[in-house]
Amino acid sequence: MAAANGSYLIRGAAILGGAAQDLLIREGLIAEVGSAASGSAGSSGVKVIDAEGLVALPGMVDVHTHLREPGREDAETVETGTRAAALGGYTAVHAMANSNPVADTAGVVEQVYSLGRDAGWVDVRPVGAVTVGLAGEQLAELGAMADSRARVRMFSDDGICVHDPVLMRRALEYVKAFDGVVAQHAQEPRLTVGAQMNEGAVSAVLGLTGWPAVAEESIIARDVLLTQHVGSRLHVCHVSTAGSVEIIRWAKARGINVTAEVTPHHLWLTDELVRSYDPVYKVNPPLRTDEDVQALRAGLADGTIDVVGTDHAPHPSEHKECEWAQAAMGMTGLETALSVVQQTMVETGLMDWEAFARVTSTSPAAIGRLEDQGRPLRAGEPANIVLVDPAARWRVDPSAMATMGRNSPFAGRELPGRVVATFFKGHPTVLDGQLNTPYQYTDGAGAGSGH
Amino acid sequence: MKHLLSTENLSIQDAIGILDTAEEMATVGDREVKKLPALRGRTVVNLFFEDSTRTRISFEAAAKRLSADVINFAAKGSSVSKGESLKDTAQTLAAMGADAVVIRHWASGAPHRLAATDWIDAAIINAGDGTHEHPTQALLDAFTMRRHWSKLNGTASTGSALKGMRVAIAGDVLHSRVARSNVWLLRTLGADVTLVAPPTLLPIGVESWPCKVSYDLDSTLEAGVDAMMMLRVQGERMNASFFPSTREYSRRWGFDDTRLKALDELGLKDTIIMHPGPMNRGLEISSSAADSPRSTVLDQVRNGVSVRMAALYLLLSGDSREAAPSLSSAPSSSKENN
Repeated sequence: MAAANGSYLIRGAAILGGAAQDLLIREGLIAEVGSAASGSAGSSGVKVIDAEGLVALPGMVDVHTHLREPGREDAETVETGTRAAALGGYTAVHAMANSNPVADTAGVVEQVYSLGRDAGWVDVRPVGAVTVGLAGEQLAELGAMADSRARVRMFSDDGICVHDPVLMRRALEYVKAFDGVVAQHAQEPRLTVGAQMNEGAVSAVLGLTGWPAVAEESIIARDVLLTQHVGSRLHVCHVSTAGSVEIIRWAKARGINVTAEVTPHHLWLTDELVRSYDPVYKVNPPLRTDEDVQALRAGLADGTIDVVGTDHAPHPSEHKECEWAQAAMGMTGLETALSVVQQTMVETGLMDWEAFARVTSTSPAAIGRLEDQGRPLRAGEPANIVLVDPAARWRVDPSAMATMGRNSPFAGRELPGRVVATFFKGHPTVLDGQLNTPYQYTDGAGAGSGH
Repeated sequence: MKHLLSTENLSIQDAIGILDTAEEMATVGDREVKKLPALRGRTVVNLFFEDSTRTRISFEAAAKRLSADVINFAAKGSSVSKGESLKDTAQTLAAMGADAVVIRHWASGAPHRLAATDWIDAAIINAGDGTHEHPTQALLDAFTMRRHWSKLNGTASTGSALKGMRVAIAGDVLHSRVARSNVWLLRTLGADVTLVAPPTLLPIGVESWPCKVSYDLDSTLEAGVDAMMMLRVQGERMNASFFPSTREYSRRWGFDDTRLKALDELGLKDTIIMHPGPMNRGLEISSSAADSPRSTVLDQVRNGVSVRMAALYLLLSGDSREAAPSLSSAPSSSKENN
């Protein structure tokens, strides 16, 4: 309704960190860029947003988000998770399938899709489970999910590895029928029974059962070879080790159609933090060593790793206020991802803002086959835009976040970069760093009633 | 020192302070009336999430000899899924006015959680956590070794360390909190430690520990050992392919009669044989080794009470309770994080 029809003139934003230009947003699209946009300054009904000193980027796209709904609404809901996403600069998220019930049927993915449209903060693109109930035994109805209104293209048992090699082969083959991708949680289950943290010098001292790097690397090695053999498309979730980066680099050099993701926390934090036994640092795959962190940064910078995925995993506090071994794995990430990537990749000189846009928007949209996301900031393109103040610094306070999860490993740290505004389909979901209003769909399709 | 959580960060002053205090406490055990009034009116809770009668009664005897009130809380099986959480248990004990909590837990790091959070303000003593540490066991082992070593060297036990003493620790190092606590404490006290184990029962990362590592018990003995500590091996490790059979384990890494004889043949007449108990006779240690004059197994039990008295006394009496919390390395409090 009115929301989608609003007109906004963004004045003097550095597009992808380049020269300052004006952007005119009208009817959900970028209407004009540059001097053609500036002319509309005095027009009635055009709201002017001063973006001097701000960087304009395409709205971020997360390939890996746990929204917890349906089933664990005490941890997060589609509403709260997508508010967090908008505040973090996102205009689309892929909702992982490990809800309860599992998103392994057209019915569940359509439910999540509708909840996303009802909320209106970002595009919610459900990820379908590869196997029924994530049980690793039988393929879920991948085609039905692909054909549903949710148009699922990414399939994952994330949280659990599709470890049966025959099942993985079949999944890779089957998704070719509808241009799907299998997103693998690479974790050899027998090598990680009871695993609590990275296996290495720190686990030896702490007496916590190790999660060896080889348990990830051996699955990735197998899967890239399977992908080559059947000519399909593989996405590797949350790559965490230096060895994995090397295997993926090798696979890409051989022309294998593999993409890979790294989380913000694996770009920064190491297993040294586990010495505190504070479960806020418990995550799967676990925090690794500094050597791994450096290899992941280098891999993201040189394109071996394609995208940043948050693996945003909110948990209620009682699942973290306990013994390490009892605690749930996972960290929140939607509201810190931009800042952490700026800290680890931009401020270190490894990446410019153009590359930032590639790994946080263009490539993730391409992997998920989201046609109106991750687009260039040009006239005629959908107005999914985030305005960032790269000079701002802020201190992470989990209790002030929109996500219901308080489990941020960055709590108390000072981070660079702040999301000032997020435009989703031409509508500002975030303005002045605060939540504004959600986008309202005009086609009625997501309004909850008929679906 | 507000808590006793590990030996890894125990300074040599604190370590020797505990051992020297334990020497004083040992004299109480020799009296007809085995009691000191030092901790009268203080409450010590033995919070055991895992069965260990030996450790529990050792702490109980120690606290009672210091006149503390002792509450035994067997919380075995308690967990988020099965019942009360560690947080609720800790807050309950705090509300009851516990001055010290002696905690045994199957989860590595559980004592650290009690010490680092604001759930309870009592002194925390780690009585064994998972496969992490068992600091009072290492202290009683060091106490036992120090008495032996100083006697051999004709010096006083009090005030001394273990400089130059050759200690071999053999067995399931991977799963042993006793081995870990001993490695750190013996390093601090200046002993030369060799770990002997099948490669499957050594942790990845052991190469960074301050000790030598060997797969061969016989060559370790031949190189000379002043104290030979055998670790308990759980028979069920066999089912997880850590070694092919208990017989093969026993032949290669057990302290059997042949190796007992070898000590004499090697001229190692003063070498002691240690075991933290409970022993698997015939698996990691033969009966004749366990019962030989070299065995210090019962001395270790006796010394355990003295060492635990020392730990309780040092944590609960005097001005040490006002010291800064020992765990402040986490970037922010758990309240904010969770």
